[in-house]
Amino acid sequence: MTTGTPQIAVTRDAAPPRPGWHVALVRPEAMTLVLLIIGIFAGSQLSEFFLDINYILKSFTISAEFAIVALVLTMVIIAGEIDLSPAASMALSACLFAWAQDAGLGMPLAIAVGLGAGLLMGLFNGVMVIALQLPSIIVTIGTLILYRGLAQVIAGDKSIRVPDWFIGIDKIMVAGIPLPVVIFVVLSLLLGLVLGMTIFGRQIYLIGTNEEAAKHVGIRTRRIKMTLFIMMGLASAVAGLMTASRLGSVRYDLGLGGELQMVLMAMLGGTYIFGGRGTILGTFLAAWLLVIVSTGMIVANVLPAWQLCVLGVLLIVSIIATNFIYSRTQR
Amino acid sequence: MSATVPTPILAAPILSARGISKQFAGIEVLGDVDLDLMPGEIHALLGENGAGKSTFAKIVAGVHRPTRGTLALNGQSVEVTSPIVAQRLGITLIHQEPISFPDLSVAENLVLGLQDGGSLSRVPWGKMERDARRLMDLLGVDIDVTRTMRGLSIADQQMVEIARALASDSRLIIMDEPTAPLTPREVATLFAIARRLRDEGRTIVFISHRLEEVRDLCDRVTIFRDGAKVATDSIANLTDADIIRLMIGRPLKEYMHKVGTTIGEVALQVTGLGRAGLFRDISFSVRGGEIVGLGGLVGAGRTDVARALFGVAPADTGRIKVNGREVRVTGPAQAIRLGLAFVPEDRAQAGIFRSLSVEHNISAAVPGRIAPQGIIRRSLEKALAQQSVAKLSIRLATLRQPIGELSGGNQQKAILARWLLTDPQVLILDEPTRGIDIGVKAEFYDMIGQLAADGRAILLISSELPELLALCDRVLVMAEGQLTAELPRGVATQETIMQAAVPRNTAREVAA
Amino acid sequence: MTALGHILRRREAGIALMIVIFCLAVGAYKPQFLTLDSARIILLLTPLIMIGAMGQMLVILARHVDLSMGSMMALAAMASGMMFRYAPDIWWPLGFVLSIGVGMALGLVNGLLVTVFRLPAIIVTLGTLNLYRGLTFIMSDAKQIDRQYVPSALKAMSQTSPILGIPWIIFMSFGVALLTWWFVMHTRLGRQIYALGSNPVAAPLRGIDVTRVTLIVFAISGALSGLAGIMYASRWGFVNPSNTGSGFEFQVIAAVVIGGVSINGGVGTVLGTVLGVLLLGCVAAALPLLGIPGTTQNAIYGSVILAALLIDRLVRLQGQRSMLKGARI
Repeated sequence: MTTGTPQIAVTRDAAPPRPGWHVALVRPEAMTLVLLIIGIFAGSQLSEFFLDINYILKSFTISAEFAIVALVLTMVIIAGEIDLSPAASMALSACLFAWAQDAGLGMPLAIAVGLGAGLLMGLFNGVMVIALQLPSIIVTIGTLILYRGLAQVIAGDKSIRVPDWFIGIDKIMVAGIPLPVVIFVVLSLLLGLVLGMTIFGRQIYLIGTNEEAAKHVGIRTRRIKMTLFIMMGLASAVAGLMTASRLGSVRYDLGLGGELQMVLMAMLGGTYIFGGRGTILGTFLAAWLLVIVSTGMIVANVLPAWQLCVLGVLLIVSIIATNFIYSRTQR
Repeated sequence: MSATVPTPILAAPILSARGISKQFAGIEVLGDVDLDLMPGEIHALLGENGAGKSTFAKIVAGVHRPTRGTLALNGQSVEVTSPIVAQRLGITLIHQEPISFPDLSVAENLVLGLQDGGSLSRVPWGKMERDARRLMDLLGVDIDVTRTMRGLSIADQQMVEIARALASDSRLIIMDEPTAPLTPREVATLFAIARRLRDEGRTIVFISHRLEEVRDLCDRVTIFRDGAKVATDSIANLTDADIIRLMIGRPLKEYMHKVGTTIGEVALQVTGLGRAGLFRDISFSVRGGEIVGLGGLVGAGRTDVARALFGVAPADTGRIKVNGREVRVTGPAQAIRLGLAFVPEDRAQAGIFRSLSVEHNISAAVPGRIAPQGIIRRSLEKALAQQSVAKLSIRLATLRQPIGELSGGNQQKAILARWLLTDPQVLILDEPTRGIDIGVKAEFYDMIGQLAADGRAILLISSELPELLALCDRVLVMAEGQLTAELPRGVATQETIMQAAVPRNTAREVAA
Repeated sequence: MTALGHILRRREAGIALMIVIFCLAVGAYKPQFLTLDSARIILLLTPLIMIGAMGQMLVILARHVDLSMGSMMALAAMASGMMFRYAPDIWWPLGFVLSIGVGMALGLVNGLLVTVFRLPAIIVTLGTLNLYRGLTFIMSDAKQIDRQYVPSALKAMSQTSPILGIPWIIFMSFGVALLTWWFVMHTRLGRQIYALGSNPVAAPLRGIDVTRVTLIVFAISGALSGLAGIMYASRWGFVNPSNTGSGFEFQVIAAVVIGGVSINGGVGTVLGTVLGVLLLGCVAAALPLLGIPGTTQNAIYGSVILAALLIDRLVRLQGQRSMLKGARI
């Protein structure tokens, strides 16, 4: 019979932590800020318009609608889901709104129809993902097609005009800043507070980090996710109406390709695609960054085709960079 | 009854391990193991959870690489760098939870990875199915080889893995805790096959902590304890008492929780609790100040009962009363409100928020306390975290570091701290000291004792017998989804617990 | 259960049944739907989607998704188109080589991003969807390749026919389907794709080179997109940088999902996918006959995808429930 002596296991209590300044500075939002500064600088070299704040604000109004939805999308992604249908929701809400008021339903009712449609679309997404436990990525691809298709059914190939007094939201100025931009900034502040300082926001991070553990601490994960999907629907509807006001008419292809820009804003802002990390601040900065880049390309007479390429490349690069930063700082 | 197989003194070992050691993240889980496995034997690896038997087997099977040490196959030095290499060397590991591709057929699962030929080589369907059928007949198993693996019982999945081992003519077959999910008849079938394979000259390594089965089936036994090999001998030379003593080892320091703790009212009463497919007829009660243990083997259903109590996976039948009031626990949120707390078994999967700070982890279950008007006050959160760290002696660098950077023991302390903040009346602990160093374990035992002294009711699920014996006023034992025993302090011993934990109709009762 | 019972329970039988019911229903209302001529129209609507669906099927079997197929198709088609334009005397079958080659290269880029950087395929292909489309515009200077530049021999493939009035292009698309069937059912690599999708964690333990299989799957998807690209030029006679392949990936995904390929990977057959494509073809052909405007097509595709997902999920939930009933305790 052979025997051996038991050994005491060697332990190590904790990995050495990162210094405070490291934590504060080495994060994706800082990267976004740096890129933003570089972008402004580069832009100013291209054209003197860049340093004209009014010019930048005006350029922003075009992307403001997408930016607003991107804020809510950030929260959805942090919670571990994704939604690719918002651009199509924008179009469908806008088409329903325009059709309603064109059919003589009166403005308040028409607006209600538009917003209500957005709410229902968000609800539908939520039910499919949460109740039926289907992956949000494929569900929202399906609804992306469906909603856009329904918009096509309603509006056909025509554009529907909206009444004159409704047009021109981007012309309304608040302290010299176009209204859409103001809405965006206010919403950023609001959602930033919600996400960063309320229990609801904290629980979103918990769900995205470890949904099973979140359930175990009593977090109502299904309720929170459903709320987020409904918020997406509502935000898309509002954005759709804003676009209708800006363009003066509504077509089924309103916001076509918008989902790319929204996801891009979230990714450039350092939102982790797998959930659990990201900030409103990051998306806020990224929205500005994207506007700078787009405006810069226009000013530099870059063809629209190149712009599409740049956006595609940016999306891929931003995910790679974000993943890299997060994997380096996690043990 | 096991045949008396004399240890072949002159035969050459099929596998020789020398000095095998393994470290995981700086913690040594296996140290300096020397072991010889002989051809034509059934060799058991015994030991408690975390003793190192599984790790050793995985090293032999190529799943892990040893930090130090050598392996020799038939006298020749080998490096088992991956499971595929192991397979080619004739070593097969049958996992506790069998690996399979659920959407492919049985026949395909059998040959995947064992074929030669390039990417575009033809798949010989006819031959594949014929060979698979032949192997199944050889094993005496009736499985349709053309059906998908999805939905096959665990026993059948194991059979497929064994058939794989035969298909690759493995001379060394390792079975990791194979009998836990099997019925007595399936166990008998498995044992008959194992004996046949042994008689063909192959070597079977049987990892288990079920003494009765080991005695029934195996020729020799190697016992692991705390990461080291403590003994190897013929099963005939060891009594159960010997084996248990070797497994448990050093005399227990008795961790008596405060004698004279007043046992209070019934805090938790469970009657006829059941959930289809998992457990039934579970009835027991826990009083304030009591520590009630729940023992049993893996798969007995203890964690399922805990999850039902906490509302994660509610029961179908039965009644639960908390503090005398009957309740229906529909979810964890409600359970918390009722005064229940649950420290889950797998902290990585259901416990910690790995990338979030220690602060965030500790406050996770009590949002109301850090955000009194709905807005989170960092100062409150920090204060709560500091209190917890001090109270439980959590070792960390800063409160804001990600909890994933802490050692296992400190992570577990943080989770316990999280639940203590909810001021629970009933605390359900599922394997609370799993994967924790010995020194921290002692701290935990003291803490648990203190919690009981505070008047809380504690349900302690554990697979570590010394733990149950040291801490509990009573030990309940479950086997195959039912309660088989309730053992008060003094009556409960390692033997009585194990007796009750092993399913009643063991292989012994079926003709060999 | 009898052999017939087994056959009837399968997904493919269900789709076949749906096709029959749909055609009969439409035919009852508009008898001209059930003519041979109508069958030819239906078939002519399908070849591009058929080719693309084979590629997408492989990707989804491996538990990924490829959203960039339409853009790969456009870029590959444009590459050949420009070759035809600037080298009009070139031997026209080289167009196939170029398109397929370009497609394969683009697919490999997708694959590399997914394997090397471990990025989710959905997001990667969302990015390349736009990147490749942009490149198409750049390469062509935003101008379309007009009819006169596309070689007549190429265009003839969609018109002339060796037999039964069925054009070459149809044979080609079914040929691709047949090849795919042989690949996934009768080669080791094909089976590895199923294994990878069925249990990605276990795959390396069974000797499957995950990186290699993934790269191959994306490369094939790209190559088939390229083939679809040059067949677009054959079918329509021109290549347009914004229209060619627009929405292609969604039609393809719809066909594949209807055909019973599971989004979770590991499940699906070529026959099912072929039937899915045919069903979509029948629906697309029926719409103008019934006076439903073409603008409803997308709505129908979307509903169909969601309905298929719903049905699959309900069937799976039902299966789990009956499994528990047979449990031991």
